[in-house]
Amino acid sequence: MAGSNPNAKPMNLTLKVWRQKNRAAAGQVVDYNVRDISPDMSFLEMLDVLNEDLLRKGDDPVAFDHDCREGICGSCNLFINGRAHGPESGTTTCQLHMRKFSDGDTIVIEPWRANSFPVNKDLSVDRSAFDRIIQAGGYVSVNTGGAPDGNEIPIPKEIADRAFEAATCIGCGACVAACKNASAMLFVSAKVSQLALLPQGHVERATRVENMVAQMDIEGFGACTNIGSCAAECPVGISLENIALLNREFLTAKASSNNLS
Amino acid sequence: MSWISKTFSSSIGRKIIMALTGLFLCSFLVVHLIGNLQLFKDDGGAAFNIYSHFMGTNPLIRTLEWGLVLGFGFHIYEALILTRRNQAARGIGYVESRPSQNSSWQSRNMGLLGTIILVFLLVHLYNFFWRARFGDLDPDINNNDDLYTLVVSSFHQWWYVLLYVLAQVALCYHLIHGFRSAFQTVGLNHRKYTPAIKIFGYVFSVVVCAGFAAMPLYFYFFK
Amino acid sequence: MILDSKIPEGPLAEKWEKHKFNVKLVNPANKRKYDVIVVGTGLAGGAAAASLAELGYNVKAFTYHDSPRRAHSIAAQGGINAAKNYQNDGDSVFRLFYDTIKGGDYRAREANVYRLAQVSVNIIDQCVAQGVPFAREYGGLLANRSFGGAQVSRTFYARGQTGQQLLLGAYSALSRQIAYGKVKMYTRSEMLDVVIVDGQARGIITRNLITGEIEKHAAHAVVLATGGYGNVFYLSTNAMYCNATAAWRAHKKGAYFANPCFTQIHPTCIPVSGDYQSKLTLMSESLRNDGRVWVPKTVEMAERVRQGQIKPQDIAEDDRDYFLERKYPAFGNLVPRDVASRNAKQMCDEGRGVGSTGLAVYLDFSEIIKRTGAEAVSQKYGNLFAMYEKITDEDPYKQPMRIYPAVHYTMGGLWVDYNLQTTVPGLYATGECNFSDHGANRLGASALMQGLADGYFVIPYTIGDYLAQTPPKPVSTDDAAFATAEADVRGRVQKLMSINGTRTPDDFHKHLGNLMWEYCGMARTAEGLKFAKAEIQKLRREFWSDLKLTGSNDELNQALEKAGRVADFIELGELMVDDALARNESCGGHFREEYQTPEGEALRDDENFAYVAAWQYTGDNQPEILNKEPLQFENVKLTQRSYK
Repeated sequence: MAGSNPNAKPMNLTLKVWRQKNRAAAGQVVDYNVRDISPDMSFLEMLDVLNEDLLRKGDDPVAFDHDCREGICGSCNLFINGRAHGPESGTTTCQLHMRKFSDGDTIVIEPWRANSFPVNKDLSVDRSAFDRIIQAGGYVSVNTGGAPDGNEIPIPKEIADRAFEAATCIGCGACVAACKNASAMLFVSAKVSQLALLPQGHVERATRVENMVAQMDIEGFGACTNIGSCAAECPVGISLENIALLNREFLTAKASSNNLS
Repeated sequence: MSWISKTFSSSIGRKIIMALTGLFLCSFLVVHLIGNLQLFKDDGGAAFNIYSHFMGTNPLIRTLEWGLVLGFGFHIYEALILTRRNQAARGIGYVESRPSQNSSWQSRNMGLLGTIILVFLLVHLYNFFWRARFGDLDPDINNNDDLYTLVVSSFHQWWYVLLYVLAQVALCYHLIHGFRSAFQTVGLNHRKYTPAIKIFGYVFSVVVCAGFAAMPLYFYFFK
Repeated sequence: MILDSKIPEGPLAEKWEKHKFNVKLVNPANKRKYDVIVVGTGLAGGAAAASLAELGYNVKAFTYHDSPRRAHSIAAQGGINAAKNYQNDGDSVFRLFYDTIKGGDYRAREANVYRLAQVSVNIIDQCVAQGVPFAREYGGLLANRSFGGAQVSRTFYARGQTGQQLLLGAYSALSRQIAYGKVKMYTRSEMLDVVIVDGQARGIITRNLITGEIEKHAAHAVVLATGGYGNVFYLSTNAMYCNATAAWRAHKKGAYFANPCFTQIHPTCIPVSGDYQSKLTLMSESLRNDGRVWVPKTVEMAERVRQGQIKPQDIAEDDRDYFLERKYPAFGNLVPRDVASRNAKQMCDEGRGVGSTGLAVYLDFSEIIKRTGAEAVSQKYGNLFAMYEKITDEDPYKQPMRIYPAVHYTMGGLWVDYNLQTTVPGLYATGECNFSDHGANRLGASALMQGLADGYFVIPYTIGDYLAQTPPKPVSTDDAAFATAEADVRGRVQKLMSINGTRTPDDFHKHLGNLMWEYCGMARTAEGLKFAKAEIQKLRREFWSDLKLTGSNDELNQALEKAGRVADFIELGELMVDDALARNESCGGHFREEYQTPEGEALRDDENFAYVAAWQYTGDNQPEILNKEPLQFENVKLTQRSYK
């Protein structure tokens, strides 16, 4: 199934798509056939074709989240053939192209599964838990205005680069979706690492990690068991080193902060 | 809730307990293995029985024994709590899931491996520890309890040897993931040292488990 | 109505300082008595919502996304300009101002642009303080690069993901205010109307995209930060949800729409591969710093490339036409976007285009790879190259990229005065949603700058001036105007749901896009525009009689969302055509074939068209009224742009 398709012959595919009317309703897998799919199409363009067909026939199109379609907004979130964002590593669903599939394939498409990500409809899920974790401390508390000159604090290039790499997290939730435990540790660690590495983030590092981890637990995500599927499926390659750094930050904060509660 | 109980009831806190107790139990394995190497000494079990007598009577060892009980206890208790919590985090599972393409089998099955080890442990404790401590073993030539004879006779039962070897395989996989995982959990992941930790963990797991497995096999096939 | 741009008196460099002193202030104790609605949470909206909340106002922020972090600002790749002159290469506030005015082909307001250049330096400081991981030199100081048409290195960047990092910075500031309770965040809420009470903007009507609920929200002022309207063209580099509905609803409630025909076609996008194409992907302009643009010298050779008989890397140097370097020796591959785009189109029109469709030119990195090594190139552009390969299945390290221009940005937008207030008192427009700073063409790395300037450093001052003159009495949605607006929105949704025709929203959208690209795209003629206008009017009638939707309003219904947006795109498309037809000159992104120099460059008519065209809505199916705001240039001399 993997590997690119050299001859650009159109494909016919069977889709098994999770359909669910709304959050409260029960869902089920429904089979659809799509025809004449070009290998150069993106996965979401293939779903567009399905939806246009459904709409024309008077059926309800499949709801799914997507927006930028260039792999950066983090909206798209499909669990394709048992993998978060599908069979190609380091790729969001919108950047997955149909040349990774073959004529006659059956493709199973499901939403992210985690209690903390309830289904809105069909393949669209509610990831506001991530926003609440960031609201718990994923920021540097500086008001607009009054910031010192950007060059006031030199930051070693290596540190800036590592912080950048952690900061590239797109918040798609593939880490949670792929994790056996539905753990959000990779997501949380990416933000904690970015701000723990940069001097700007040092002022609040203890309260930040304490509050973000507390919020993560409140949201009901599972605990990390160092399986590593999160990093393996992360479309932007956030590394497990960040989780270790998060653990270290957490231990240090708990051991040294003045927070007694 | 005090900060201490809050820390250790958080998801990361519990993981840290898992990691620290796990590493502690690793150190126990080393001691246990080195001591048990006395079994291979061809002296009719004299050295082994001296060793087991020492282990059963020395006050320091008897005190540390409670530490070991606590270590096992916490490791198992936290594992149960975390497993339940992790299962609860995903109410509805996937219709199609292919985790083998993004992670190792043992990393996803630590609970299963741990359960196998626990079953083995109970049998093992009942058979050796319980009978050595509370049972009525005959004295050997040095007037120590003759645990050696019990071990040898146990290791001539095929089902016991099989259980023992299977348990060591399970332990090996458990350790392969657990050893390096513990370092990750306490925050020690560095591109300079982690590769070495991984290799060491792998070698450690294989050597320790092969060492333990060698004992029943040795007696079953050669003695 | 006379358009009062409210530009402060005095020398250019002192206008903003003076204005900041002259604006009325809201007593700190009173700030919490004012409610402000911010629609859109990208760079402009997120920054505005956070900054206003920090000042003490109660902010309600709205986005149709599931999270503020998804706004399309996130996709900006190249960087953000600031007149820091860290590189000691002669940059200054005045030079950034001058470049922006000139790059905009002298169709922007001097005072606004100068202010933009002034606050650009504060933006960098602010973002660094937030923890935005800008690229750094080995010495630990901030790195810069030169970017799209600038001869100084003033662009700050975070690899190819500058927009993402800046947006996440604004998002973090916003998140902090949400946690403090100073911002009430409404996600998956689409604004469908502005409510005007006694001539002043006093609230909005939204639709909850999950439940379909129509909601009323009141405030003392409304800030729109809803982005541009590039998706009128169906295919553009904009995200799929980007739309003009909020701006268009505001326009219909009295906000003038300025320069709608000023759209930017970006030269470096991945070409269209088939008619299923849903959007186009931009390859950052920074690639033109090191990539060389070329096509085969002859039509015959190009034909053989198109047939797949020869590969580009097999074409000898002598048989290649590096047309930008040839025509513009001074700027070479770094000419402004409009010039680069038009030249690519010209090459393809001549029959020298490449790729299977013939609608592409090469962007070649072989020289820089040879000079610095693949590793160094990967350091700079790794993620862009990877993205290109994912989409096209071609390896840009081994063969040149194929690129073609695509709609990218809209310089036009809601008309605003110096305070960023629209022609409706209390209604503000920021970022790409307004028209103010880029004239007829935007320079690279200036969109992020403008969004953040408006959000962090302009609106917090200017909105205070308005609020200080508004009594701090609680506002409510009880006014009849809310009920009327709500009924209108419901009626419209009902109407869309009840047409029960045969064509899908996407079908209409594609049709509109084709018309716009063909007749109101890179090159426009009076004849083509007139044809397009008639076709668009026809399309509009068809839309309202033949639209097909399923499901209901009270659920997540993405086709219904799309239909509402397409309906507005169709109306806006017609206004763009009107505007393009009325502007009998070529300038920046607006190229009328009738008005060009003998060399084929845009020919401005400063005598007759140095104005902002601000269109006034007069009623359904009524022609709009063109209001003109003359542009005065006191600090720069208008010249024919030359990049030779």
